[in-house]
Amino acid sequence: MQMSNITVMKKILMLLFSSISIISLAQPDANTILEKVDKNMSSKNRVFESEMIIHGRRTSRSITSRSYSAGNKQSFTEYLSPAREQGTKMLKLENQLWIYSPSTDRIIQISGHMLRQSVMGSDLSYEDMMDERKMTEIYTAVISGNETLDGRNTWVLVLTARVEDVAYYSQKLWVDTERYIPLKQEMFAKSGQLLKRATLSDVRQIQGRWFPMTVVYKDVLKEGDGTEFRMTSVKFDQPIPDYIFTKAALKQ
Amino acid sequence: MIRFLFKGIMRDRSRSLLPVIVVALGVFLTVFMSGFLKGVFSDITELNANFSTGHVKIQTRAYAENADQIPNDLAILNVKKLIADLQKDYPEMEWVQRIRTGGLLDVPDSLGETKGQGQAVGTAVDMLSTGSHELERMNIKKSLVKGSLPARQGEALISDDYARRFGVSVGDKVTLFGSTMNGSMMFKTFVVSGTVRFGNSVLDRGAIFMDINDAMLALDMDDAASEVLGFFKSGQYDDIKAEAIEASFNLKYNIKGDEFSPVMSRLVEQEGLGDYLKLAGNASAIMVMIFIIAMSIVLWNTGLLGGLRRYSEFGIRLALGEEKKHIYLTTIYEAVLIGIIGSIIGTILGLGAAYYLQKYGLDVSAIMGNVGMMIPTVYRAEVTRELFYIGFFPGLIATVFGNALAGFAIYKRRTSQLFHELEV
Repeated sequence: MQMSNITVMKKILMLLFSSISIISLAQPDANTILEKVDKNMSSKNRVFESEMIIHGRRTSRSITSRSYSAGNKQSFTEYLSPAREQGTKMLKLENQLWIYSPSTDRIIQISGHMLRQSVMGSDLSYEDMMDERKMTEIYTAVISGNETLDGRNTWVLVLTARVEDVAYYSQKLWVDTERYIPLKQEMFAKSGQLLKRATLSDVRQIQGRWFPMTVVYKDVLKEGDGTEFRMTSVKFDQPIPDYIFTKAALKQ
Repeated sequence: MIRFLFKGIMRDRSRSLLPVIVVALGVFLTVFMSGFLKGVFSDITELNANFSTGHVKIQTRAYAENADQIPNDLAILNVKKLIADLQKDYPEMEWVQRIRTGGLLDVPDSLGETKGQGQAVGTAVDMLSTGSHELERMNIKKSLVKGSLPARQGEALISDDYARRFGVSVGDKVTLFGSTMNGSMMFKTFVVSGTVRFGNSVLDRGAIFMDINDAMLALDMDDAASEVLGFFKSGQYDDIKAEAIEASFNLKYNIKGDEFSPVMSRLVEQEGLGDYLKLAGNASAIMVMIFIIAMSIVLWNTGLLGGLRRYSEFGIRLALGEEKKHIYLTTIYEAVLIGIIGSIIGTILGLGAAYYLQKYGLDVSAIMGNVGMMIPTVYRAEVTRELFYIGFFPGLIATVFGNALAGFAIYKRRTSQLFHELEV
């Protein structure tokens, strides 16, 4: 009788181990998922045009821009409309940011606490716009569960910063299990306070990678209906002239 | 009787000198400290009113909830009409509009690129209109360190500390970078017409003062204002009148459910100033209480010592048949006279010292390098009507109370032992 119990127990344990092994084989580990997300979201360089719709407490307004970026160290944005913003340019080199204002013909370097300020009243800060590092460079990931989001299966990753100079100490990422694209993102302070939320949608396959064309950002500490960031065109790995990423280009 | 007692007090200095000095000192401290505290608290209130709160302040409800973030996107709109209506409805007040903004104050090099920059708090007031009292109200002229007041649009004053830190001279250009009311990037270059120093880090830290019209243009705030301040034309804050104006305004303008409807608040409801004013009112009462208790104990003690010294005198008076009650009453009458003399001397000295401090003030700017509160750097006393009696009656009460306690010893003398005690 005792022998038969032991046999049953052994069978149960074997079944349990095999189930765990099967699940492990089906689900890549968190850092592998994050690497695949990086492969989709990051590129050697990219050129895109976008429309940013800022839903304020009183009014909504739309700003269009053209941006060039190379790796995570260089980017250049020129605002195209409305007239108030037309000709305003932003240049990021390494971790420095300059803004050119055509009305005053001045190039101003943005630093310190101003980097945490909102860009043109949006839910994005200069810091958000500047940080284009790969997720794997700044976070370690752990899978905390699986959820279905708008009919898509997702892994819920909890990311914790492993570097000091990071805008958000931790993040929660809902990653599409099929396309390796985050569909939802929550950004937290070190205290655990939720700071921002992003919803990514309109995922398209562009030049062999999945990419979300629309991101709705919501600064949860700010009232308003968030900021919709829509890419109207995006091209990866394009030749970009070197002069674009110089201060001289700001005044041109 | 009074003349008799008065002569006794004057001729026997050892009977009166110490109590008079004690009472005079106590009354002097009460009067002077009351005037000093009243003056300092009044100055704090006035400084805050002039720079920040007004006697009443109007903001949109949404702005008021987040005022520390200077959210100009929630500013008051149609401000010209609002001010015209206010002038008609509440003519006893002067109404002014102000714009506040925050951002970076950037100093360019010869190529127009950033040479230095720091955080800035911009305040825009009506500097250029004839008849505007804003410069006077904010004491800007007296706070000028270098240069002159802005004479035309495009000129601004910056804090002297900031100018020194970044090597900005009068006539140089600085650019204020921030956000417009609509959230657009705001760049506005000003010519520095002068530098100011208020001696207060809240006001001096990266401050830039500009004309309201410049701010309206730069911040896309045509016919809009961060806040509208109201000041009583008399210059004195009157809480009862302010409360009536507040109630009437809010009834008319504050629409439930509309977060952008204007809402009025009184000076005492803002930035803890109500607590300051209460504290100022209580401080004198607390001081008088402490004075009465402390002085009574001291004068009781003095009375006891006097009683011991006059032991024989009281004994002889009792032996001669004077009633204990009469002796007790004469000591009380003496105390009243001593109290009056000491209180008059103390009140005169206290009023004199308070008046001196009211006129010349006490400049403490040197030891207030980094004060974060909006408090004045020159402390002034304020001579008010109540100072004429605030120390007088406590001085009198303390003397009488102290002597009344000490005088009980008279009742403990036994007539049967008197001749033995007096060795007659």
